[in-house]
Amino acid sequence: MTDNAAIQFKNVNYSAGGTHILKDITGVFVKGKITTLVGPSGAGKTTLFKLCNGLIPPDSGEIYLHDKHIDSYDPVKLRLGVGLALQDATMIRGSVRNNLALPMELQGKQLAEEHANELMEVVDLDKQLLDQDAKEISGGQRQRLSIARTLVNNPEILLLDEITSSLDRVSKKDVENLIMKINRDYGTTIIWITHSIHQARTIGDYTWVMMDGSLMESGESGLLDNPENNAVNQFVKGEVE
Amino acid sequence: MSYLTLSFALIFVIIPLVLSKTLHLGLEKDTLVAAIRSIVQLLIVGYLLQYVFDAENILYILLMVLLIIGAATQNARKKGAAIKGITWKLVITFITIEVLTQGILLGLSITPATPQYIIPISGMIVGNSMVLSILFLNRFTSEVETHENETELILSLGGTPKQAIHRQLTDSIKASIIPTIESQKTIGLVQLPGMMSGQIIAGADPVQAVQFQLLILFLVMTSAIITSIMLGYLSYPTLFNQRMQMLVGKNNKV
Repeated sequence: MTDNAAIQFKNVNYSAGGTHILKDITGVFVKGKITTLVGPSGAGKTTLFKLCNGLIPPDSGEIYLHDKHIDSYDPVKLRLGVGLALQDATMIRGSVRNNLALPMELQGKQLAEEHANELMEVVDLDKQLLDQDAKEISGGQRQRLSIARTLVNNPEILLLDEITSSLDRVSKKDVENLIMKINRDYGTTIIWITHSIHQARTIGDYTWVMMDGSLMESGESGLLDNPENNAVNQFVKGEVE
Repeated sequence: MSYLTLSFALIFVIIPLVLSKTLHLGLEKDTLVAAIRSIVQLLIVGYLLQYVFDAENILYILLMVLLIIGAATQNARKKGAAIKGITWKLVITFITIEVLTQGILLGLSITPATPQYIIPISGMIVGNSMVLSILFLNRFTSEVETHENETELILSLGGTPKQAIHRQLTDSIKASIIPTIESQKTIGLVQLPGMMSGQIIAGADPVQAVQFQLLILFLVMTSAIITSIMLGYLSYPTLFNQRMQMLVGKNNKV
């Protein structure tokens, strides 16, 4: 067991629909740090997140959260502690407020107006939007709302899947700063899937490079400057999509 | 009605056959099969009922009701193939409906405890439950598939399977019950219900026929809502495992 591990994978495999999606993944996401996760589409990055949040079980191998096996956690408590914001930023039927209040409502609580306003401010969303239909807001606003919604539970680990993909450059920078602030102020472990090598390099303390379901390289983000693996090198140079 | 008179009714089978042939609709075989099956099945049921009515034996009544439940289950289960143990869930639902409705009818002496009442009413109620089950299962399976991302979102935020599937469940229950409610709103205005028409044709007092029809309508309403709710609450837990993970869907194993 690694002492500084927030999440540790040991020989994890996962298949679905006859496809071997994750192949023998072994590695560590370091506690209190930002790890960026890069790799071409279909590398298994989102599936890895779903395993961390306990949404799907591995076929084989072990996953440890802090120092305990993931299966020893109550599923609800596990998911409250491991926040997940996916790229599609799915919204439930109702207003922005309904979506923001969802995590609290699921626990039988109510989201105070003050808290709602605070969260909207954190992700730089106008408070006026609270009563608007969530289906009517833009893709970028949806991504911000999705981040705010994930923050409601104050998770110890935050899994962010391409959360800045629909944002313009300025907004992207704001969200990056926000996530770095959360990491700094609360010691939240951040794991961030991104398609941008630049973002992975600048935001991440550590980086995982995944390709075709395998963890090709991992280590400090500087590895992206000079990858050992030839396939990773090609990917970093933009020769593999 | 004599068999000779009934044979004249075959004109109504010949008409679609001729039309299908003339217009090359290709429905001749299906029409013929449907007509022959109707004749054979209904005649068998007719003679069987006559035997059961004459025998007045509780065992035969039970057997007939079980036969009705078995046939309804067989028909409805295909629509819920994705739901584990759907056969038993349907059987339990139909038995509950049957026990509840007949319990009230017989317990409060609304209808006499004779096969002439028990069997046809059971047929109507279980038949209606079967249609409701099919409507519900069709809708529920499609709702689960369409809103898989929402289910996953709620689970990922610490929701329970019941919370995650609640919207799909209530939408499917509502959607399956609406046709029953809507058809009851216009009953008697657009068409006379089959049972009532049959009684009137057979010479019964129309008011008496209406009273029986109302009884059936209320039973249908109750059985509709109970069928959908029971089937829904029996079905949704099978979509998840003990770790609150979805077992069906594009992202998952099954």
